[in-house]
Amino acid sequence: MPARPAASRSASPAVPAVMAAGDLGQLFSALTTRGYQVIGPTVRDGAVVYDAVDGPDALAAGWGDEQAPGSYRLVRRRDGAIFGHRSGPTGWKRFFWPPELRLWQARRMEDGFRVEAEPAADPPRRALLGVRPCQLHGLLRLDRVVAGGPYPDPRYRAARERAFIVAVNCTEAGGTCFCASMGTGPAATAGYDLALTELVTDGAHRFLVEAGSEAGRAVLSGVPHRQAEKDEVAAARVLLQKAAEAMGRRLDAGGVKELLYEKFEADHWDRVAERCLACANCTSVCPTCFCTTVTDATDLAGGRAERRRRWDSCFSVDFSYIHGGPVRASVKSRYRQWLTHKLATWHDQFGTSGCVGCGQCITWCPVGIDLTAEVRALRAGGERGNGV
Amino acid sequence: MTKVPPEVLGEHPFLQNLSPEHLRTLAAWSRELEFGRGELLFREGGPATGLYLVRSGRVSVELHTPDRGPAPVQTVGPGEAVGWSWLIPPHRLRFDGRALEPTRVILIDGEPLRAACESDPELGFHLLRRLVGMLAGRLEAARLQILDMFRRR
Amino acid sequence: MAVPQPVLEPMVPVTAKVLGVRRETPDTWTLSLEPDRPGLPAFRPGQFNMVYAFGIGEVPISISGDPARPERLVHTVRAVGAVTRALAGSRPGQVVGLRGPFGTAWPVEEARGRDLVVAAGGIGLAPLRPVLYHVLSNRADYDRVVLLYGARSRAELLYRRDLERWRGRFDLDVLVTVDRPDARWRGNVGVVTALFQQAAFRPEATVALVCGPEVMIRFTLLELEKRGVPDHRTYVSLERNMKCGVGTCGHCQLGPVFVCHDGPVFRTDRIRDWLGKREP
Repeated sequence: MPARPAASRSASPAVPAVMAAGDLGQLFSALTTRGYQVIGPTVRDGAVVYDAVDGPDALAAGWGDEQAPGSYRLVRRRDGAIFGHRSGPTGWKRFFWPPELRLWQARRMEDGFRVEAEPAADPPRRALLGVRPCQLHGLLRLDRVVAGGPYPDPRYRAARERAFIVAVNCTEAGGTCFCASMGTGPAATAGYDLALTELVTDGAHRFLVEAGSEAGRAVLSGVPHRQAEKDEVAAARVLLQKAAEAMGRRLDAGGVKELLYEKFEADHWDRVAERCLACANCTSVCPTCFCTTVTDATDLAGGRAERRRRWDSCFSVDFSYIHGGPVRASVKSRYRQWLTHKLATWHDQFGTSGCVGCGQCITWCPVGIDLTAEVRALRAGGERGNGV
Repeated sequence: MTKVPPEVLGEHPFLQNLSPEHLRTLAAWSRELEFGRGELLFREGGPATGLYLVRSGRVSVELHTPDRGPAPVQTVGPGEAVGWSWLIPPHRLRFDGRALEPTRVILIDGEPLRAACESDPELGFHLLRRLVGMLAGRLEAARLQILDMFRRR
Repeated sequence: MAVPQPVLEPMVPVTAKVLGVRRETPDTWTLSLEPDRPGLPAFRPGQFNMVYAFGIGEVPISISGDPARPERLVHTVRAVGAVTRALAGSRPGQVVGLRGPFGTAWPVEEARGRDLVVAAGGIGLAPLRPVLYHVLSNRADYDRVVLLYGARSRAELLYRRDLERWRGRFDLDVLVTVDRPDARWRGNVGVVTALFQQAAFRPEATVALVCGPEVMIRFTLLELEKRGVPDHRTYVSLERNMKCGVGTCGHCQLGPVFVCHDGPVFRTDRIRDWLGKREP
């Protein structure tokens, strides 16, 4: 994001620090005394969601999750890991690009109406604790879309500029993860203030801590820590390596943009459409899906009007409506739009993939459509209708 | 009624790049005609006269209907050609052609033209290729008209 | 291309007073608006504003007035939905909201010194009228200028007063056609693409600007190709659903572009692949 150059967040100190798991409360204090509201993973409605947490006790400690296409289940862990779960359904984008937001109100006057913009953007300072590397990439890509163009969204930008990010590297691969093949994990490389790697061994539960910004170093200085031992750094490296290797799922990203452009007319889209319910779950859980719509309303007397912005999805039939009908009337065309945007046109528009390999669209798809499998099928298909 | 020199014939876009020899053949049956505003160049039901090459003015291709009077279908302007009934049996005109303004055309007589196309397949091919291009254009235009693309949906 | 920055948050409209409303066709009205706030960014031919009707909603509408008079914003609105019906039904003195100007512009600079072909279908003349105003104010900058305009019927021709004035000029070739003539129509009959037969321009020295229904655009591009006008000198203006106008709502996506800020005016060679696709 232009307002906060990535460079200021990327330089890690040569030697990481180590913080005892029992001192996590100190990290909370260091953040709250600096005015941050801490948002972290917590258990609600049978899932790990991100919400305000007032201390380590509120975290989803001791919980893990089993994820598979169309399936998500919380399980108790035996090792007591605090961040032993993976990405969940709610994601982080809602804290910057909220599901619903009033943009302005208008009051009818004798000579017309007056627009009253919402009070100047003054969002809370939020510390996001437990941001997975894939999700962090999701935020960085969202930055580019809604705050990196000629008309940056002022509220998003202000909220992002004030946010403090504590990333947590993934020492285990989840059931639908494929970040290793997308180059977005399992370790965070940029965009964080602090990055934690959780080390749970017999009798020692601690975090390897890397600071990625001045703000991160300042917060770290207020938390008990010591320099990491060589074997601790090595242990973290091995865990991350193993997580990458254990990731069962991969998306072969090489040439995928060209592939999707080439397969625009492929029969395979019809086969996906037979399963896709166009329910928009995938766009709702996707860390980079940004589409919104606006709704206008008046009070009963017609004296006040307001305009709200809401998340929208390219899977809804109205999404592309122009007078007379929708441009993308078929489910096939809408799934194709979504996947082609994620993996192909996003590159042309924003210079990166729109997919960060978090696997949430696979987990939360009610019929278990797996985009990595769809890409494989498109690649394998020597079928008719391949041409552009 | 004026005979048309081959060079003048060759200037019309419809006959551009035809060989001088073929132009000379066509010139033998060509004449220049002028029509005043509202005058009919040809009339539905009449024997096909030949191929009209519009040099200036505009010709409305229309059908006369008992309830609405003349119903124009398409307008043909300078550089365009009109009339192909001379090629197709029973060589009877299917539409009216009316000058919308003072109009100058070259008329190439249909009967000798047909005979020339049969006896000289090369000339026949070159003419037919142009006629097919013209027909394709008219068909495309008619299809777009049927599509009614400006209609409010 | 520098993008003019709006003075406020991009999603917050400024109010504008309706100065006049003129009925163009049975379902189309032209509004002229005066923004309450002076000093709004000037518009370039081809750009659009998001126009808001109180409590009902907002729609993208191209700007149809004279770019040399940016203090009057002219919008031609076809009443096809709730918002456009409300806008079309507004009366002088009423107030609407405006955001903009947004989007890319017609290449009036690039066309200098060349022939200019303007091909419009139906309400597609609306985003092209500023080009004609500009060209006529700077007539010496251009060689031949041809306007090809097709509409469904005589009653559905926009800007008839302008058309008559322009037809009277010797330095502008105006060809108008209708698909469905009535008894009073004395002009051309047939689709707009058929007018190319009558148009005099030098294909190798021509810049062509095209706007109308997408079918009309596709066939007009074929006609231009047939005449030998290169792809990189033809431009089209496209229509898509738009909610934000500033490239963050996603609704107007067409392949690798957002029509709102990469368009609505596109150079044909940059968009051609996507024009032929089904449900892109």
